[in-house]
Amino acid sequence: MVEKFDAIVIGAGPSGNAATYTLAKQGLKVLQLERGEYPGAKNVQGGIMYSHELEKIIPDFREDCPTERHIIEQRVWLLGDDNYVGTNYRSEAFNTDKPNRYTIIRANIDKWWGERIRKVGGLQICETTVTELIRDASGKVTGVRTDREGGEIHADVVIMADGVNALLAKRAGLQTEAAPENVALAVKEILFIDPELIQQRFGIKEDEGVVIEIMGKVTKGMCGTAFLYTNKESLTIGIGCLISDFKNGDCPPYKMLEDLKKHPVIRPLIEGAEMKEYAAHMIPEGGYKAIPQLYGDGWMVVGDAAHFNNAAHREGSNLAMASGRMAAETVLELKAAGKPFSAGNLAAYKTKLDDSFIIKDLKKYRELPGIMHGNKQFFGAYPDEITAAAHNWFTVDSVDKKTKEKAIMKAFVKRRSVMGLVGDAIKLVRAVR
Amino acid sequence: MSIMVKVEEKLYQNRYIVDESRPHIQIKSEEVCQSCDRQACTFCCPAACYSKNETGGVTLVTDGCLECGTCRVVCQDKGNIAWDYPRGGYGISYKFG
Repeated sequence: MVEKFDAIVIGAGPSGNAATYTLAKQGLKVLQLERGEYPGAKNVQGGIMYSHELEKIIPDFREDCPTERHIIEQRVWLLGDDNYVGTNYRSEAFNTDKPNRYTIIRANIDKWWGERIRKVGGLQICETTVTELIRDASGKVTGVRTDREGGEIHADVVIMADGVNALLAKRAGLQTEAAPENVALAVKEILFIDPELIQQRFGIKEDEGVVIEIMGKVTKGMCGTAFLYTNKESLTIGIGCLISDFKNGDCPPYKMLEDLKKHPVIRPLIEGAEMKEYAAHMIPEGGYKAIPQLYGDGWMVVGDAAHFNNAAHREGSNLAMASGRMAAETVLELKAAGKPFSAGNLAAYKTKLDDSFIIKDLKKYRELPGIMHGNKQFFGAYPDEITAAAHNWFTVDSVDKKTKEKAIMKAFVKRRSVMGLVGDAIKLVRAVR
Repeated sequence: MSIMVKVEEKLYQNRYIVDESRPHIQIKSEEVCQSCDRQACTFCCPAACYSKNETGGVTLVTDGCLECGTCRVVCQDKGNIAWDYPRGGYGISYKFG
């Protein structure tokens, strides 16, 4: 006899964990399949975890969740060749009992979450790759095939949380391959270092954290960003650009990362740290316009596999957790009402998404990916001119200020023309409104 | 060449469970690679799994693969890469991620 579950969740990342936990906690018979050696073995995140969404799912998560540092300071830096212009926001108010943002090490969180899932009765099986969806004659998804012997498993509903590659949906013809301009490739390293040094270099106490989001010359004119985050005993540093730009360029991602690490303003922060892992991952960047079909007969798709990522605000894992929770709540509601998991009924999942910050935010920034992709001056000319302007302004050399202002304006106009500057301003407004 | 050495040093820090003689990614046709102008896989892959070879084609060694999917996205216009996940439990095993 073939075993049957109420629900199968594919993948043990933030979205799959949220879905599995929510279902198991309400007593559903749920199976979570993960292809890695352990939960987290295939996952890569910067990473910053936003507690609000996790708190909704596991209110007491702080009791034993292995977070790194709570973030008290956010820096945004625009890097020139040997300089930066930046803004910082730091607040003592972030030192609370219930911080809003933490730096994390993804694998630690997913192992912890696996334990929590087992505690509420969920079944999580690792080292199992799902190879395809099982569909009946009408096309309804009725289960999954795995690479284990006799690996056919059935369920009333299947939640695909299999990440940015979304192979299952693609194989089933439910999604098409992502366009190179709609996905970024990010590479990162974790660098271990004495916590005392982290605290000295970043001006923080034990448990306090700083995150630096970086734009500018380090992406070599490509559409991309970089980051440097403080963990308890390590730093994570990474950089990512649209795959279309990597493809049209000639700089390998690891070279870009090496150059970032050698940048004169970055190097002193990471000096002496020991690299312990090098990771790469794709990030969905296409925004609202790249969202695929989200549900159908017997299936839903959540997290990165559904292209839920807010590139403008560097939010991904919270959209993943929220969408996983909403998919699970949809299942719970239909189950309670005794309704089948038809496409018509699962449309309730889409309604939940539409009413939430997920779709509202992605819709707000729907023009951003196209504008950033098509206007490389934001990644080349502007970092150059803004950092040069700052250098001029802060160099005291007996040139009168009016002449300095003129020189700065002239440099911008020379680079972009007056109409170009006006056009860029309009584009930026269009991108974010 | 110095770039190659560097990425190998990076990959050396990673934990892999190699599925001997069962590569999860394959190049479908050598000729398609030979006729490919840019061979973008050779400089886009973050693990440098793809390298230009003497016949004008591309050689793929998946041992250092980070399973990101970039090569598949880069090559989609040619469709010359058969991309799959490794068997359950095999491949890259991130300690930290």
